[in-house]
Formats: sequence, C-alpha cells, structure tokens
Amino acid sequence: MTATGSLLQEWEAGLRPGQAWSRRMRRNQVLRLTDLEGTACVAALFYNARDFLERYNMPDTLKAQYTAFLTKGRVLYSDMGRVLCSIVEDTCGWHDTLVGHGMKAGDAARFGAGRYQELRNERHRNSRDNLLVELGKHGLGKRDLGANVNFFARVEVDETGALRWIPGASRPGGFVELRFEMDTLVVLSNTPHPLDPVTRYRPGPVALAARPGPAAAADDPCRLSRPENGRGFALTAQYLMEIGETP
Amino acid sequence: MTATTALKESSRDPARARLDVVLPAGDGWTQEIGEGETFRIVDLEGNQAADTLFFNSRDFDERYSAMETIRAQGNIYLTTGTALMSSEGRPLLEIVADTCGRHDTLGGACSAESNQVRYALEKKHMHNCRDSFVLALARYGHGLTKRDLPPNINFFMNVPVTPAGALTFADGVSGAGRYVEMRAATDVLALISNCPQLNNPCNAYNPTPIRLLVWRGD
Repeated sequence: MTATGSLLQEWEAGLRPGQAWSRRMRRNQVLRLTDLEGTACVAALFYNARDFLERYNMPDTLKAQYTAFLTKGRVLYSDMGRVLCSIVEDTCGWHDTLVGHGMKAGDAARFGAGRYQELRNERHRNSRDNLLVELGKHGLGKRDLGANVNFFARVEVDETGALRWIPGASRPGGFVELRFEMDTLVVLSNTPHPLDPVTRYRPGPVALAARPGPAAAADDPCRLSRPENGRGFALTAQYLMEIGETP
Repeated sequence: MTATTALKESSRDPARARLDVVLPAGDGWTQEIGEGETFRIVDLEGNQAADTLFFNSRDFDERYSAMETIRAQGNIYLTTGTALMSSEGRPLLEIVADTCGRHDTLGGACSAESNQVRYALEKKHMHNCRDSFVLALARYGHGLTKRDLPPNINFFMNVPVTPAGALTFADGVSGAGRYVEMRAATDVLALISNCPQLNNPCNAYNPTPIRLLVWRGD
C-alpha cells in the first residue's frame, strides 16, 4: 500500500473505514492520499505546526483563487496569508471545501444509530467526533474546528445556489498529493461526506504515503497559477526566514 | 443573478425597538441579543457589506457555522427562511424578513494578510474586517480571540458561484434602505465588522454606515 521510500510506516500508512489520523508533516514533504475503492471521503484540517492559532482558512483559499473547489495547481491558505500546502497532483479534479463535516445526528439518520455491543469495532464513527478526538490529542478543540476540506467529494452549486452532490467524483485508485510549504499539523477523518446519499456505512479504505520532495521551484505551477499565489508564497518565504528556516 | 428571490418586508416599527444605533463604516460591534428578540441590519446607503458572526452567549464554543447553514438548507445563499445554524447543528437565529434578496456566507472576512495576497504585499496597513473582529472581541472580553473567527456571514454582499465552480466578488445586489431581519432562537452574541474594504466592489469602493435595531420578543 505504501510507495517505495515512504516516510510512513506500513502499519500506519492507511485510513481504514471510519478512521481518524493526525500527524505533523515537514515542509517539502509530499503526502499522497489514495482512494483505494473510489468510495472514500477524507475530511481534513490543517494547522501551522509551530503555531496552531494559524490554520486553514476556507474563504481566503477560495477568494484568492476565484474558485469554489480545490484541485491540482491550487493551494491551501492559512488565515495569515501563507500557503500551508499545495495540491501538486490530483486524479479527481474536484475536492469539496464548502459543505463541512458530518455529525453524529446526521449519520444516525442515514446509517442507523448502531450499538457498540453489536457492532463492536465496526461501530460507525462520524467526521466531527473523529476530528475532535484528533484535535484533542494536540490540545485543540471545538473552537479550532472550522471549515474543512473533503477530499474525493464533489459538490456543485447550480444557478440558484442549490448544492448538488455529484456521485462518482473519485475512482478506485484515485489520488491527490499535497506538498507542504511549512511544517503543518494534518488532521484527517475517513468518514462519509454529509451529502453522500449512501445508506450503508462503508467509506472505502485510504492509503497514505509520504515522501520528501524538493521545495517549490521558481516556476512551480501552484506558485504561478495565479498572481495571488505568487504573493502567498512570498509571504510564506518571509515567515520561514523569520523562524530561521531557509525558504 | 439568474435566480429570482422573493423579497419579504417587515412590519416592525423602529420607534418600538429597544436598541437603535448606527454603526459607522469601518467599525466593529458586539451586542447580546436574547432568545425571541428580533434583530435588523439596515444597509443605509446601499452596497455595504456587514460581516457578521453569532455565538451562543451561554456557551461561546457553539457559534455560527457557514457549513452547517448551507447544508441545512441545501443552498449557499442566505435569505428569508434561512436558519443560521451553529457548529452543533442547532439554529441560532432565523431570517424572517429580507428586502435585499440574498446574502453571502462563503467569502469570509477581509484581513490585513489576505489583502496582501489578493491585492499587493504593501496593502497590509489597510483597515480590514478581521482586525475589527479581533478588537471588538478583545473589548467584549470573555477570552474570545482570533481563534473564534470561523467563516462568517456577509450581509448584503454578492459572491456568486457558478456550476463550473468559479467564485467571484460581484457588485452588490443591495441598495439604500434595504434590510435583513432575524429572530433569535436562543441567546446570542452578535459580532459585526462594518466592512472597511477599499480594494474590491463588496462596498462599491465606498464604505457606508449600517443601522442596527433590536426588538424585544413578542
């Protein structure tokens, strides 16, 4: 399941259905998320690993890039005008960041409540509780749980503003790669998207693999995809120098 | 704007409001509003963005959630009938009248840093909503900080999204005297930045005052 040279250990290099995960990623590492069966949805949150008060900001990410979704060539902005990570590869073409994460009540309505006594380790986990568990391990909590990314999920907005779930956005083996532009705490939950009409709780497994990568080049496509991103990378480089790193 | 939205007026009499203030352009503001009270924001001169957040004033950890709100109604635009949902999936307020037609909740608040990204590195000195939010929260106290600023509502602001996924800041759909009115479903703290943005058309490049009214419950 892991790429050759992965920095992640085999035993932890995946998200089972319903699993949460968090880890500090180093600058210039590339994290690949692979949707093995084409049915996963990974809710994701991102924080500056040195200062958790700086975190992924959905509106700033969207308005800087004039987009309502994420894909290759786009970057994820923090609330401080800096780039947390860049999407350097993507076979899906569309990742939702508008609709947020599922919660216990909504999941119970879709999948049934389910008791641990019968389901045992298969008991359904929901995105919000999963994210709170992982955030709690880093001293974070509800106040820190803002708008998330939903990898492998496509939600369109029609002319009237109505949200539309697009099935089949991801294919078996589809993947997305994130290159971190600063040390970043990543929090993931492989749990059903809140708009997915499925009635059976079965998010597919996700493989995770990390590798070291070179820093974004001067002609990096994410840096050049918009003049705004050039300025975002400049602000990130300035910050890296402030904290004693070489951009 | 291709969607036609029904406008709904309110019969409430400003003379009977318990609170009636004008918030100048560029200022921040907090106000506690009780369960059952009605809150109106008036765009006095037109095309003004009112960046707004709400908190459950008995538990600040529960606050407005743009994601829960758009998901609950299946639509990204806010108007009459929209329940403004909390991070716990509960309604904080419901919009009961709206003479503007639609309001944004994806565009967030401008900040010194996002202005640098969006316009130019030398724009950092300019007034912005995030600074107004942080100052208003610092004055209000109770430990609320930048940490407590999730994606907000932009009343009177027009941020159209296309089916292909483009998102833009467009000219306002509001006009002088238009208003939005909402009823509190629980005790809330309102936080407003009357947007000082001078770099894009969210205020028609001309920030102007808003009027804020609160009526006691029926």
